[in-house]
Amino acid sequence: MLGYTIRRCLSVVPVMFVVSIIVFLLVHLTPGNPAHIILGEDASPEAVAQLEEQLGLNDPWYIQFFDWLKQVVTGDLGTSVFSAQPVTELIFANFGPTFSLMILSLLFIMVISIPLAILIVSLRKTILDPLFTSASLLGVSIPEFWLAILLVLGLGVSIPIFPVAGYMPLAEGFGSWLYHLLLPAFVLAIVEIGIISRMLRDSMLDSVNQDYTKTARAKGVRERDVLMKHVFANALIPTTTVLSATVAGLLGGTVIIETLFTIPGIGQLLIDSIHRRDYPVIQGVVLFIAAIYVLVNLMVDLLYAFLDPRIRYDE
Amino acid sequence: MLEVKDLHVHLETPAGLVKAVDGVSFRLEAGQTIGIVGESGSGKSVLAHSLTMLNPEPPATYPKGEILFQGENILTMDKRRLRSMRGKEIAMIFQDPMSSLNPVFKIGKQLMEAIQTHQKLSKKEAQQKAIELLTDVGIPDPERRMQSYPHQFSGGMRQRVLIAIALAARPKLLIADEPTTALDVTIQAQIIELLKSIQQKYGTAIIMITHDLGVVANLADRILVMYAGKIVESASTADIFYKTAMPYTWSLLRSIPRLDAGASERLLHIEGQPPNLIDPPQGCNFHPRCPFARDACLQEDPPLGERGSGHLAACILSQTEFEKEKKGVLLS
Repeated sequence: MLGYTIRRCLSVVPVMFVVSIIVFLLVHLTPGNPAHIILGEDASPEAVAQLEEQLGLNDPWYIQFFDWLKQVVTGDLGTSVFSAQPVTELIFANFGPTFSLMILSLLFIMVISIPLAILIVSLRKTILDPLFTSASLLGVSIPEFWLAILLVLGLGVSIPIFPVAGYMPLAEGFGSWLYHLLLPAFVLAIVEIGIISRMLRDSMLDSVNQDYTKTARAKGVRERDVLMKHVFANALIPTTTVLSATVAGLLGGTVIIETLFTIPGIGQLLIDSIHRRDYPVIQGVVLFIAAIYVLVNLMVDLLYAFLDPRIRYDE
Repeated sequence: MLEVKDLHVHLETPAGLVKAVDGVSFRLEAGQTIGIVGESGSGKSVLAHSLTMLNPEPPATYPKGEILFQGENILTMDKRRLRSMRGKEIAMIFQDPMSSLNPVFKIGKQLMEAIQTHQKLSKKEAQQKAIELLTDVGIPDPERRMQSYPHQFSGGMRQRVLIAIALAARPKLLIADEPTTALDVTIQAQIIELLKSIQQKYGTAIIMITHDLGVVANLADRILVMYAGKIVESASTADIFYKTAMPYTWSLLRSIPRLDAGASERLLHIEGQPPNLIDPPQGCNFHPRCPFARDACLQEDPPLGERGSGHLAACILSQTEFEKEKKGVLLS
């Protein structure tokens, strides 16, 4: 287990290196001169040249890359061209809302998907199962922005139960924090609930007539315990794999949801910086999101080994 | 102790209704061992699973018959009573030890689950009991092995663990559904020996399901031969081997390679395929493959008839006719 953990942790290093190259190139291969874009159409050539010098744009790209990487490794993501604030500071200032939104969404996903899948599997011989299959497909197919607008119109405007937009930090009180986040977190969760509950149902149905459940039933174990213990423990393994994709989906989703609900998170920061051509911030945010994704993948892999002893001892 | 009366088990498949068990009756006394022998698809596994209603429903249905265990009908028993019998009165071991243990739980946990389902014991006591059971079935170093996962065991060792699980509540009847089919021949012999010693030690009745007459030859008191969902011959083990009365049994015996066979004796195989149980042949189910079939076999499906004390066979031929026919086939 220790060997597996160390090996898996070390594998993050080359992945992050490749990610940083891609992030760097993505911004630098975009057509147009950043200095020109930043300073506007009618900037004097001297000013452009000065900014180019300041941004290091005259060096070959690989020199630029390693200069940037050197900074990144030491925790310096550069300075915003727009606000002159350090990028790391901007990211941390905006991460709270995004993190809140994601955690609450994940909570929704777990609390709804898991009992739902178990319920459906225990009622698999009834009409409920095909109904669920269609409903989950519907859940996956609903565009987030459309559902968000619909919910805001319904529960924010027509029947004003929830706020239409905005965010309150947790420091201002748990109640108002939760109150402002419920709608956006639910919208963000709905697609993933469709995926996760469907996945869990499928894996549980796969496992429900396996030989080991027959052994359990032959022991005299209650059907409920066969499902909750034997079937569930096995079904969690493939479902966990989807979990990392879920987190990726949430990260992507926050960009849209934060814009719709005007939540000052990472997604908002990214969209604003793209509008302002604030390259250091764009680079920093994309790298940050990529890093979170890689870390979540790492955690899921470690969780995977915890859930499946066949992986843990495979050395 | 166990009496099965005219049991019918049907499987509702998209292709049609399969009469997997079609009017089976037999009795089993306490401490007795019977072997149920048949080809793949003869319905022997479905029959074995029916005894504690472990066939998945759907597709299985039980339209007719009774399974009386100590006077109670298992087919009409309420769910709770049935569950309390599983493992406690009637235990079962299965064909594939590789997949019959839950891969994500430790052996000890799976064994203790079997113990604690039927007995109110503390964790410590259950642990102690589990170690005793593992010792009983010949697992070396049981204390340490309790902490192992199934994938760390060989097939033979897993089957031993499964036998330990089955024995956890000292059942009166052990149903073994092809317990040696997935194992190497040397391991097969060890498992058979283990079952024998368990029977001697605890007086457990055993129903041994197999396609291999050799496996039951030195274990069973009685052998039931199944073909196409029906019992076609039922007799003491000696009678099955030496006074064979049904052409199918005879063909099965002739298809076992023997070291002491004469050089001129040919190894027979049974022509054709087992019948399609959705649309079984007219008359006797075996007639399309029977070397002795005659016109009457197409018309008539013979019931089990007496061929001596406790010897039943389903064939249109009388014992003397059959003996004569056998000689004819062997000479040709």
